[in-house]
Amino acid sequence: MSTADVLAIFGGALTTLLLSAAGIALGLPIGLGLALLRWARVPLAGRAAAVYVSLLRATPLVTLVLLLFFALPNVGIAVGPIAAGVLALTMNTSAFNCEVWRASLMDFPKEQIEAAKSVGMRRALRFRRIVMPQIVRTSLPGLINEMSLLIKVTPVLAVVGVVDITRAAVRIGAETYEPLPPFFVAIAIYVPIVFALVSLQRWIERRQAIPT
Amino acid sequence: MINGFGIVWAERGLMLAGLANTLLLSVLAGICALLLGALLTPLLMHRAKPVARSVRVFVDAARCTPFLLFAYMVYYGLPSLGLRFDNWSAGLSALIVYHTAYMAEILRGAWAAQPRAPIEAGQAFGYHGLALFRRIVLPPLALASAPVVGNQLIQIIKDSAFLTIIALPELTHAASSIQSRHFVPFAAFITAVLLYWALCLVVEAGVSTVGRMAEARR
Repeated sequence: MSTADVLAIFGGALTTLLLSAAGIALGLPIGLGLALLRWARVPLAGRAAAVYVSLLRATPLVTLVLLLFFALPNVGIAVGPIAAGVLALTMNTSAFNCEVWRASLMDFPKEQIEAAKSVGMRRALRFRRIVMPQIVRTSLPGLINEMSLLIKVTPVLAVVGVVDITRAAVRIGAETYEPLPPFFVAIAIYVPIVFALVSLQRWIERRQAIPT
Repeated sequence: MINGFGIVWAERGLMLAGLANTLLLSVLAGICALLLGALLTPLLMHRAKPVARSVRVFVDAARCTPFLLFAYMVYYGLPSLGLRFDNWSAGLSALIVYHTAYMAEILRGAWAAQPRAPIEAGQAFGYHGLALFRRIVLPPLALASAPVVGNQLIQIIKDSAFLTIIALPELTHAASSIQSRHFVPFAAFITAVLLYWALCLVVEAGVSTVGRMAEARR
């Protein structure tokens, strides 16, 4: 395995990170939106969100990305591998994020909302100043956990032709007839990223456990 | 589009064979991973530091590695060390070994959260060894860990879909081959998605039944 091969795997790492970042950036607010629809029991939309979440949580990412990549062009929407990948990641992670956000919303103390109402805060202000800052805090460990899961499913996007860390490693293994060294380079990239996220999650949980 | 579902229906034999394979892989992997994880759990909490630490390294490494990369290592990587697998044994053993790490960690967490008092009470009543484990430790442990084990089983079902990449004829692979033969991507993959959903709903129903049992025991 040459230096160029190692660099190729790092090129894949850039793709993995960009895709994950896009999925996280889109999935967080969409998940929050879905959770709010369910929390506020918006008729129809709340129900639809519940079905969406249940379905997406059960769907393997491979199946989802294949569906999007092959079926969307059929209805006149041209998607490339990257677009299909980001869309699949976003749909997948938004369903899991929704559950994390919703759990925090369900746990949110009712008295605080009533107190905010009694001082004349309107719905939007209440949400922005009272609810949001606190649910961000309680959701954070769950959301970070979901980010580490997201990074661990990105290799699947190779099935539609995205060249990520794993794909780059497989390719080099096939060219050099020595598959193990590139796989170890790939693992050496994944493990610190995922481990950093898991440690961050544990650290936040420990800090929040200390009563302030 | 309706036509597409007609084609999938005509190919239902292929689809059902894929579903059966997914089910077989998930159930086998689930059972084996749970049993192996249960064997690993005491080692994870072993008093001898080197033992506990080496098992911990395996568990943490597996939990930081993407499953697909792990499956590739087993399928493409191990032959260069002289261990050759066909796609079935490679896929199944990858599923088992990978999820054993998760199961071990789940059981350790459930074990650590168990109250000590009933065990001490059991000892005071003369239970020890296997009887103590079977009558006093196991029932609450099994009930407490059931929901998380159920979630892990859903994860196994979803990870088994990744094995389509090493050409294992499971559900996603079946949907893929129907789509490439007849160009009905929407119908083929939606059918697969709905079947996965049904599988997961069955697991969730099982978990909530166990949850009700645990509630009734309290």
